[in-house]
Amino acid sequence: MIAAPAYDLEKVRADFPILSEEVRGQRIAYLDNAASSQKPRAVLDAVDHVYETGYANIHRGVHVLSERATEHYERSRRRMAKFIGAQSADEVIFVRGTTEGLNLVASSLGRYALREGDEVLLTGMEHHSNIVPWQMVTDLTGAKVLAAPVTDRGELDMDGFAALLSDRTRIVSVVHVSNALGTVNPVDEIARLAKERGAYLVLDGAQAAPHLKLDVQELGCDFYCLSGHKMYGPSGIGVLWGKKRLLEAIPPYQGGGEMIRTVSFEGTTYAEPPAKFEAGTPNIAGPVGLAAAADYLDGLGIPEVAEHEARVREYAESRLSEIPGLRVVGTAREKAAVVSFVVDGVHPHDLGTVLDQEGVAVRTGHHCTQPLMERFGVPATARASFGLYNTEAEVDRLAAGLRTALEVFRP
Amino acid sequence: MNDALRDLYREVILDHSRRPRNYGAMDAANRQSDGFNPLCGDRLRLFLLVEDGAVRQASFVGDGCAISTASASLLTEAARGLPEEEALELVENFRGMVAGESEPDGESLGKLTVFAGVRDYPTRVKCATLAWHTLRAAIEQSGETVKTE
Repeated sequence: MIAAPAYDLEKVRADFPILSEEVRGQRIAYLDNAASSQKPRAVLDAVDHVYETGYANIHRGVHVLSERATEHYERSRRRMAKFIGAQSADEVIFVRGTTEGLNLVASSLGRYALREGDEVLLTGMEHHSNIVPWQMVTDLTGAKVLAAPVTDRGELDMDGFAALLSDRTRIVSVVHVSNALGTVNPVDEIARLAKERGAYLVLDGAQAAPHLKLDVQELGCDFYCLSGHKMYGPSGIGVLWGKKRLLEAIPPYQGGGEMIRTVSFEGTTYAEPPAKFEAGTPNIAGPVGLAAAADYLDGLGIPEVAEHEARVREYAESRLSEIPGLRVVGTAREKAAVVSFVVDGVHPHDLGTVLDQEGVAVRTGHHCTQPLMERFGVPATARASFGLYNTEAEVDRLAAGLRTALEVFRP
Repeated sequence: MNDALRDLYREVILDHSRRPRNYGAMDAANRQSDGFNPLCGDRLRLFLLVEDGAVRQASFVGDGCAISTASASLLTEAARGLPEEEALELVENFRGMVAGESEPDGESLGKLTVFAGVRDYPTRVKCATLAWHTLRAAIEQSGETVKTE
């Protein structure tokens, strides 16, 4: 057996031009990957390549550039189908990102499946983008939104979850990996419970895609959403995957060009998926960059990436635990590359400003999860989130910056 | 702490953030307004006692970062005794200074010029102005929660 090559961190870092940028005289320590990740040269080049060699509008031109652009675009769809384990490329809808994917599912599946008195079950750790679209569609349909409780460790309370499931539950929509806490939810068990009740299962995979090897068929969900920009691809492009028969059954989301078969004032017929959900001229180069990001991740090996990130996260948790008055929020047993924390007597926003002065980028605030912040009784947290290029030396800079903050704010 | 941080977190600001003055609800208040910064979750409630067209007393409660807490604390000291129009002028002068639209003017702003450093931190301007927008709402009695966005 050939031993797997060791994870070559220096080589990986050299693939990301922005990591050589200096901020206030030192290299940036970018620990805000859960908000958005940086892009490797291969992704930047892939996007340039489209514009330099084969850019035009897709699916309709008879000329060579349109043919090339269409081929770039559709090849990227096939690549992303493979990346997530879809049965067919027709199940891959290109969207702007997870937010648009979730809005599409909430609107289209919601109008298809929800009636007055029905229930949509979410969890207390959802991002606002997996709460608000459901509130919007339940307002229209007379259905109701419920949220399963979260434990003190930041795990989903599975007894509480099961107790809220009933024959009224038509849709379950859950975050795969929590953006605010890093919790990896037990989606197998969630899928099993949802199926027992005959509910559709939607998964928000924005934070999962860069850290976990995905197989949407094995996950047992009906819809899965991800964002390109969180998995080292461009911003403004993401994927919504749905089971083919459901994509055929649910109504379209936006109307316009490309999503129709025939249009007349007497009535319009729609195209088959995926075109049915891609009205208008799409982001044409974005999918190509996203496919390049998938190549990049698979080239390193997602399990290898996850192993590296777990090492950095565990090192961070141990370094941060040495800081007096610091409390990690979210200590789930299954966690991805996030450490969210609060420090006694120092507001997260002030921590963020001091760290920024040290060239350390973290996120501070409610992370678009206000109900979850409420659950933990904090207005905000500081969050360090790691990616495939982060180092233990960067964690040391984070810890040193936090000690500086303590000197400033604690007399 | 480096010089840039020292310009932002001046000693007066740190002092007021650690020991905010006039902190607490005011039973005698006849004006009250709430401020909320959705970006960072900072909240405050400002209480005023206004008599004969002037602010007699000001106090606040809330939860926020060092900049927003110190700003509210210093506001309650600065607003005291001011006729309403002058308090509104002060709001405008303060906002102009931290937004970088006007130079720090010691004559009109007094020790509030310690906030001049905020102009170099665009993401922190709203922390500094939250209490001041809330003061304007309390004086104008708009009765709505003031949002910084």
